[in-house]
Amino acid sequence: MKRPVRLTVNGRSVERTVEPRTSLADLLREDLDLTGTHVGCEHGVCGACTVLLDDEPIRACLMLAVQTDGRSVTTIEGLAGAGSGLAGAGSGMAGDGELHPLQQAFRDKHGLQCGFCTPGILLTAHAYLREHPAPSPEEIREMLAGNLCRCTGYHFIVEAIAAAARTMGGAPS
Amino acid sequence: MKPAPFDYVLARSAAEAVEALARHGGEAKVLAGGQSLVPMLNMRLARPAVLVDINGAGELDYLREADGALAVGALVRQRMFERWTAARLPLIAEALRWVGHAAIRNRGTVAGSVAHADPASELPALLLCCGGTVVARRVGGERVIPAAELYLGPLTTSLGPDEIVTEVRFPLPRPEAGWGFAEVARRHGDFALVGAAALLWCTEGRVAGARLAFFGVGGTPVRGAAGEALLSGQEPTAARLREAARTAAAALSPDADLHATAQYRRRVAEVLAERTLTAALARCGGNA
Repeated sequence: MKRPVRLTVNGRSVERTVEPRTSLADLLREDLDLTGTHVGCEHGVCGACTVLLDDEPIRACLMLAVQTDGRSVTTIEGLAGAGSGLAGAGSGMAGDGELHPLQQAFRDKHGLQCGFCTPGILLTAHAYLREHPAPSPEEIREMLAGNLCRCTGYHFIVEAIAAAARTMGGAPS
Repeated sequence: MKPAPFDYVLARSAAEAVEALARHGGEAKVLAGGQSLVPMLNMRLARPAVLVDINGAGELDYLREADGALAVGALVRQRMFERWTAARLPLIAEALRWVGHAAIRNRGTVAGSVAHADPASELPALLLCCGGTVVARRVGGERVIPAAELYLGPLTTSLGPDEIVTEVRFPLPRPEAGWGFAEVARRHGDFALVGAAALLWCTEGRVAGARLAFFGVGGTPVRGAAGEALLSGQEPTAARLREAARTAAAALSPDADLHATAQYRRRVAEVLAERTLTAALARCGGNA
């Protein structure tokens, strides 16, 4: 039986009715047309579907849409224009479309190729940098272990995140 | 893949949850963090008719120190426990860093991992190492199950289908106890090939107590009792720690799989046991 769910996505309140088995990832992609959240493995391993739930990264494939009632979700579509402050509850919907420093760094440092893993990595890194503003390359690699990239070999991703940390005000690592 | 259809019950209290379980018999599954259950649903390895979601039971979201133990309510996320234990029980804080990734720990619960009973996961072995217990509740009553009596086999516990774990209790180690934790995995956050946790405390230069537990070496987490016995009352020399590690590992009967042979696992267990005991000794009496 379908159930109503009301949540905030990128600062906007939305309401839908969903089957209990619908994942948050499918709610975002199929019902809200927010296709920047990618679905890879659907069992929590690849990290492509990572979004922020009340500002903390989670796997959107492992959360039921009905469980997000009353919660706030930030997807990759909410990152651009959010500046280094972002996000989460109530604020942070893409405003001017200006790239977030992390997105800009990925562009500058060639931190993406096919782009499939990129949204999940950006949101994971965004939450991480909030707690660790100046991570070492080793720490960045440990953080990245939860996101699979099949293209880049990670070197440019690590460089991009380190560069973004510098831009966003963390001390050089 | 997508899960097979199921009915969904949002329990607002532990009482509502156990009532729902009683109503649906073995057809229902408890949903807490969902980091193990939802993958099984998505892959259709599990097809419960009903999910009883306890995330609405706010009364289960508590962490407190009482009677010399950390009492962890069923809704406490691993990430919160990681932050909370950093200053109180560093063995657990260190081990939790190895549980999945931050995005998994933000949802995954301590009680869920303990009850899921994956033999390669960290928390069941920690509970065994600390001599912990779980509080299991069903309609009409609750009971306390020691970790040593909880684990029967891979993903199999002595919990009944109508019971939920409402609380996990980690006894605080003696203040002078040192700790060690080590794990070998293919990638940070993957399931362990082998892992070990140790607690060790001394009086007047001799081992007053030692606890050693392994994971990833069989169907359940395993105590290294033979190694512990070898240390008790002895002077903790490097040679004796090595002998205890060797003895504890020799008693294991690990499985072989795609990732490692049984022989390799036993060898790694021995090395990790020695490392964790050595680290625990170095931290004894508040050395670190």
